[in-house]
Amino acid sequence: MEIVAKLQKQFMEFISALYREGFLDDQFLQLQKLQDESNPDFVFEVVSLFFEDSEKLINNLAAALQQPVVDFKQVDSHVHQFKGSSSSIGAQRVKNACMAFKSFCEEKKIEGCMQCLQHVKHEYFLVKNKLETLLRLEQQILAAGGRIPDLS
Amino acid sequence: MGSLLRMNRLLSSIVDSCNCIIDPQLPADDLLMKYQYISDFFIALAYFSIPVELIYFVKKSAVFPYRWVLVQFGAFIVLCGATHLINLWTFNMHTRNVAVVMTTAKVLTALVSCITALMLVHIIPDLLSVKTRELFLKKKAAQLDREMGIIRTQEETGRHVRMLTHEIRSTLDRHTILKTTLVELGRTLALEECALWMPTRTGLELQLSYTLRHQNPVGLTVPIQLPVINQVFGTNRVVKISPNSPVARLRPTGKYMPGEVVAVRVPLLHLSNFQINDWPELSTKRYALMVLMLPSDSARQWHVHELELVEVVADQVAVALSHAAILEESMRARDLLMEQNVALDLARREAEMAVRARNDFLAVMNHEMRTPMHAIIALSSLLQETDLTPEQRLMVETILKSSNLLATLINDVLDLSRLEDGSLQLDIDTFNLHDLFREVLSLIKPIASVKKLFVTLSLSSDLPEYVIGDEKRLMQILLNVVGNAVKFSKEGSVSISAFVAKSDSLRDPRAPEFFAVPSENHFYLRVQIKDTGIGINPQDIPNLFSKFTQSQALATTNSGGTGLGLAICKRFVNLMEGHIWIESEGLGKGSTAIFIIKLGIPGRANESKLRFVSKLSENHMQMSFQGLKVLVMDDNGVSRMVTKGLLTHLGCDVTTVGSRDECLRVVTQEHKVVFMDVSMPGIDCYEVAVVIHERFGKHQGRPLIVALTGNTDRVIKENCMRVGMDGVILKPVSVDKMRSVLSELLEHGVVLES
Repeated sequence: MEIVAKLQKQFMEFISALYREGFLDDQFLQLQKLQDESNPDFVFEVVSLFFEDSEKLINNLAAALQQPVVDFKQVDSHVHQFKGSSSSIGAQRVKNACMAFKSFCEEKKIEGCMQCLQHVKHEYFLVKNKLETLLRLEQQILAAGGRIPDLS
Repeated sequence: MGSLLRMNRLLSSIVDSCNCIIDPQLPADDLLMKYQYISDFFIALAYFSIPVELIYFVKKSAVFPYRWVLVQFGAFIVLCGATHLINLWTFNMHTRNVAVVMTTAKVLTALVSCITALMLVHIIPDLLSVKTRELFLKKKAAQLDREMGIIRTQEETGRHVRMLTHEIRSTLDRHTILKTTLVELGRTLALEECALWMPTRTGLELQLSYTLRHQNPVGLTVPIQLPVINQVFGTNRVVKISPNSPVARLRPTGKYMPGEVVAVRVPLLHLSNFQINDWPELSTKRYALMVLMLPSDSARQWHVHELELVEVVADQVAVALSHAAILEESMRARDLLMEQNVALDLARREAEMAVRARNDFLAVMNHEMRTPMHAIIALSSLLQETDLTPEQRLMVETILKSSNLLATLINDVLDLSRLEDGSLQLDIDTFNLHDLFREVLSLIKPIASVKKLFVTLSLSSDLPEYVIGDEKRLMQILLNVVGNAVKFSKEGSVSISAFVAKSDSLRDPRAPEFFAVPSENHFYLRVQIKDTGIGINPQDIPNLFSKFTQSQALATTNSGGTGLGLAICKRFVNLMEGHIWIESEGLGKGSTAIFIIKLGIPGRANESKLRFVSKLSENHMQMSFQGLKVLVMDDNGVSRMVTKGLLTHLGCDVTTVGSRDECLRVVTQEHKVVFMDVSMPGIDCYEVAVVIHERFGKHQGRPLIVALTGNTDRVIKENCMRVGMDGVILKPVSVDKMRSVLSELLEHGVVLES
């Protein structure tokens, strides 16, 4: 059981750090609450869907911004979607980056948009990395027979 | 050869007949010939120059109607000239050609001159008539000039009048009006003196009020009945008066002859009387007199247009004075109002202060007075329980009675003031009506039996057992009224009867304003308390319910009442939307007190006021949402999954859709709630709400619609409300929030997040 305790401690520290550094916010906490016996893989499913969606959106955004004549409405709608999903999952930094992106879209500033896209991508990959690590930790704890510690 | 000869013969005959040919064989006529030569030359010259001059001058003058004549004349003269010129060559031997030319010229000359002579016959009369016309036009021009002069004068006058009027009407101050009138008139007409005589208060004299030259005229007065004054007042026109009349003696008589004086009346109109030309009688109208004097040392006369001007000005002055009077009146009224307002304001503030002082007093007294009272009553009653001598017992009983009385007095006073403030509210609750009556009876019975009075109670069979109302206050009313009945009856009986008031018994003829409106959830209780007591003087009946009044008869008995009881009862009855009155046939004939109040019927009555629950109690949390069918519409996959997870966690049966069309396809009556994400771009979501309303109508089975939005924009909220959504929630939604939202939705049918 030491392993479990150690893993759990690791998990706690990691996730606390994520909250502290602003990668995740309360919404993620809510998601964790929704995971119960009837829905054991809820968080995993949501996070996977988020990854899928986000990658699609990022590709679409890149394509849209490459166009000779940029359709800002299209770009805006993609960013809106991205913002929606990131806020639903609690990816705070991604959400903030999306908000900045949105304002550049409204001003129709292509340079700003490109920069924002880079920023969003950067943040997204960061949080993806973190979430994958987190999920792996969870799996390890479950595999070792322990329970995922409750943060609330 | 023959023709040549003939021609020669013809020529010589012509030459012979030509006067202009001088016989060349007379050398002594050389001088004559020379002079003739020269004269002919000059004649020709003159003849040629005349047309040139004519042409020149005609060209200069623009108008000359007879050009043709000139041409003819010109031609005639030129030809004559030519003739004379050619003559110059015929003095000596000349060729045949010259002769021919000469002949041609002469012929032409003859022609033209004849034509010209004929023309002149027509032309000369015309030329003569031109002259006549010229004279006529000159006369006309002079006439027009004169008329222009007159018009200009009139226009000047008009301008003066306008200017004067403007000056007069530009102020609403009486003195300024009159002063300005005089000044302007004096200026316009270059008057020596101009004066205004105003009627005095008595109306019997005219007093000199304003003059042009003197700033403050001495109070000259003339009686109003002078003939000259009557003459002026009798017409609305300007009247010439003698400079010696008393009204015109304004200046000290100097060396010069006074100039012409005119006078005109100035109507002093009442406020409502503006028709200057429509005056029926003279005697009721007041006039002022304006006197105008021309300069004495000029030979000026009053012109018609000047007189007209004066008349117009007089009228204008009258109107301006009326306006000034109106203004004065309205200013006075306004000042009065302002004073009244100030006074009222002060009174209000004082009243407020008084009320506040009283409330403060009451608030303090409420507590301060009751506490000692309570102590006295409690301790006295305790004292009663102990061993006491009869004297001591009597003393303690008196103390107790007095303090109870005092306590009642305090309560009454406090209640009444609260009732009057309107701050008293009834404590509505369900209680047993029958029990209430029985309790009153049991309270009264001891006192009544001491006085040997019979007390009976009858409750009608249709009187409900349980009712909704203010139990305590109803008891107070009953006790008060029954207590009075007992108090004021020395012998006999007191009967209390209560029944449900039917429509006929709801109307009291004495109180036609009281109109009871029975409804499904309420009924009117009618209670009659009849006693055989001393009765009430009919005169006193109206004052019964007034505060602190007690009739003389009652005052003699040791009633020990505050006089407030009935007043308080009346207030309570009014609060219960009822009516109370007392009937009596007179002194010694007993009296009946009747009151009707509105009570609620439990079971049928719904809570009239929906109490707003902002925080839900724990009980609601236990509500199970198990199997509650809900529909979630969101175009964002992640967001959709999260909301679904949330609702599934709470036990709902969740269906998810990603678009508007899908939503409309899938939604059925079984879905109890539809959660709609309205942060989707475009306004499709609102349309869905409208369609759902249309499809499922207004009846209870309709799914409730709740909007989820990440944006607390007021516009979004308004849009949601407009399309008839049942709630708006701000994302992100926590588990607890969703739980409370669902509870509130299912309980109240609406949720609003503030």
